[in-house]
Amino acid sequence: MQMLLSGNQAAAWAVKLARVQVVSAYPITPQTSLIETLAQMWAEGTFAGDFVVVESEYSAMSYLIGAASAGARSFTASASHGLAYMHELLHWAAGARLPLVMVNVNRAIGAPWCLEPDQGDSLSQRDTGWIQFYCSSVQEILDTVLVAFYVAETTRIPCMVIYDGFALSHIYEILDLPDQERVDEFLPPPPGEPALPAPEPVNLQPLVTSQVMTTLARSRHRAMKTVPRLLGELETSFQKVFARSFTFLESFGLAQAETVLIAAGAPAQTVQSALPDLNRKRGKVGLIRLKLFRPFPGAELYQLLENTAVEQIIVLDRNLSAGAGGIFAQEIRSALQQHGFQGKVLEFNLAGGLDLTPAMLERGLAYFEQVSPGEQKEPLWGGDLL
Amino acid sequence: MKKTILSQLELDEKLFSGHSACPGCAAVLTVRHIARTLGEDTVLVITASCWSVIAGAGPLRALDISVVHCPFPSGAAVASGLKKGLQRLGSPETRVVLLAGDGGTFDIGLQGLSGAAERNEDIIFICYDNEAYMNTGMQRSSATPYASYSTTTPAPLVNKNPKKDIVHIMAAHHVPYIATATIAYPSDLVAKIKKAMEIRGFRFFHIFSPCPPGWGSESHKSIELSRMAVETRLFPLMEVIGGREVVLNYLPEKYTPVEDYLRLQGRFSSLEPGHVMMIQENLERNWDYLQRASKRYRYEDEYWS
Ligand SMILES: Cc1ncc(C[n+]2csc(CCOP(=O)(O)OP(=O)(O)O)c2C)c(N)n1
Ligand code: SF4
Repeated sequence: MQMLLSGNQAAAWAVKLARVQVVSAYPITPQTSLIETLAQMWAEGTFAGDFVVVESEYSAMSYLIGAASAGARSFTASASHGLAYMHELLHWAAGARLPLVMVNVNRAIGAPWCLEPDQGDSLSQRDTGWIQFYCSSVQEILDTVLVAFYVAETTRIPCMVIYDGFALSHIYEILDLPDQERVDEFLPPPPGEPALPAPEPVNLQPLVTSQVMTTLARSRHRAMKTVPRLLGELETSFQKVFARSFTFLESFGLAQAETVLIAAGAPAQTVQSALPDLNRKRGKVGLIRLKLFRPFPGAELYQLLENTAVEQIIVLDRNLSAGAGGIFAQEIRSALQQHGFQGKVLEFNLAGGLDLTPAMLERGLAYFEQVSPGEQKEPLWGGDLL
Repeated sequence: MKKTILSQLELDEKLFSGHSACPGCAAVLTVRHIARTLGEDTVLVITASCWSVIAGAGPLRALDISVVHCPFPSGAAVASGLKKGLQRLGSPETRVVLLAGDGGTFDIGLQGLSGAAERNEDIIFICYDNEAYMNTGMQRSSATPYASYSTTTPAPLVNKNPKKDIVHIMAAHHVPYIATATIAYPSDLVAKIKKAMEIRGFRFFHIFSPCPPGWGSESHKSIELSRMAVETRLFPLMEVIGGREVVLNYLPEKYTPVEDYLRLQGRFSSLEPGHVMMIQENLERNWDYLQRASKRYRYEDEYWS
């Protein structure tokens, strides 16, 4: 069915279609309309799970840790300060191997107060052990929440579905809303049996030694590493059920490109739509859309670039690790170097949640044409192109 | 013949020997009574505390009921979510019981506790109060009594704040059931747990738990200290039903002077006479208030078998 939905509404629909059993949440701009949509569905009886509003994000994630420990399919959503407030529990959920799914709607973290879609909130949770997806369209938000439950429950790694505040959370797009049967075919309904109390009493998440902890860390790393392969396999089943594609790394115009922009989230959509124009005006430009960020698909990224004429990569970061640079750029640079990529990896930075316009892109590309190899000492700041 | 509480304890024992609590630990005795009363269809959630250690380093376990550990401030919400999950998955009868120290209750856990109480979550919250952060080595909490030493309120300054009144904070949430208890009165503790098991909604226990290394008391004195706390009226045995009906369960026939209690503990070693007087006056004021607030006094004979 074709529907006109905002990004937040699409996520709420996905939660309903995924037959989530427990939702616990706390409001924060720009996530609020997501949980309000769910609350409305719940009040009307169309969302059959439990919807529990708690007194903080800290308790929302704690609540889910409890619910998932019992075996329930569970979901929450947050943004910015709310996500930061969950930090301790994000580690705990990943360490306990609970297959939680959450949405984070990107928003800058203060001080000072700012509502714009900086990606620093989710990127500062990079090392908590959660899978991270960055979405670029409303359809993709819906699809990714469904995929996230599948991946989380298969690998027992919690999964964060991320998209830009306002630019996606509040933008309406027409999407294909699958019916329940199709979703059930792709994502089996949740378990009907509680995981606790176990027949033989258990002592879960107890105090352990470093030897135990290192074994657990290694097994989590290995489980993470299986995610790209699993997603590769899913491409087929997703296509079969929903008659559209699901990819975690997407490229445009690489065959001809000498310069490639790499972007995640809504800026990638901007680049994609500006690409024909940029190619006309500025020569051979391609795009790679980074959708999966954790685990980092370094090998797959390199494969895309291997045997192409790409000499220059420009990474669009709407985030900043002060004193180091854009976080996507650092990861991309290190992964590509490891695989022997010879070209340059340059930085185009939109920290603070700057909106990217086609005009800025064009000016940015003109700037990068002047940069000689090894010469970029500072990122190109989007703020200088306004 | 009527079974004594101790013979019954051995029959349903849920605590294994060889656990790592200190000798004379009241917290461990508290849980021993509670666990065997709760029985198998229970999940015990434990926040960071001495009990995170006592429950056993993995893969060992000290309790013969299922335990789920959780971060320090998260207990009330984790337990609430666990209960909700069990209800969703067709196991509504399984009891979810949270065990937290005074830090996990009075301080860092208070927000989550208030939230769970306000939502009337169907859990039993058990606070064993050893009046400081003991897991980390005797730092003050807001349950630490006035004039007590701790490593973060060292002598000669010692703790200058009065102990927070957690029972009244919880009573103000109008939850179905609140009770205090302590190990010198095991029948009272067990009877109250049994009563709580029959009630739905949020149930809160404040359990006074002497701690020999933290309190600087002798390990064989824990039960005596526990009894003295009640006999002095420093720690009244009471219930609050629905947040409005206060029941005093035990009226001591003779009041023990609080000084006798304080003198048994190294943590009060820098007490001055003025301090003792203040503590005595405070507890009497509190007792007066409770007597006026309680509609009735109750001696339920079966408690005292
Ligand atoms: C967020 C956080 N801060 C601090 C700690 C360190 N910590 C662990 S247990 C504990 C004290 C626990 O005190 P209490 O709740 O009174 O239980 P007790 O140790 O006395 O049994 C502290 C401070 C922690 N685990 N988490
Ligand atoms: S420090 Fe105190 S509360 Fe902790 S185990 Fe020892 S006696 Fe028990």
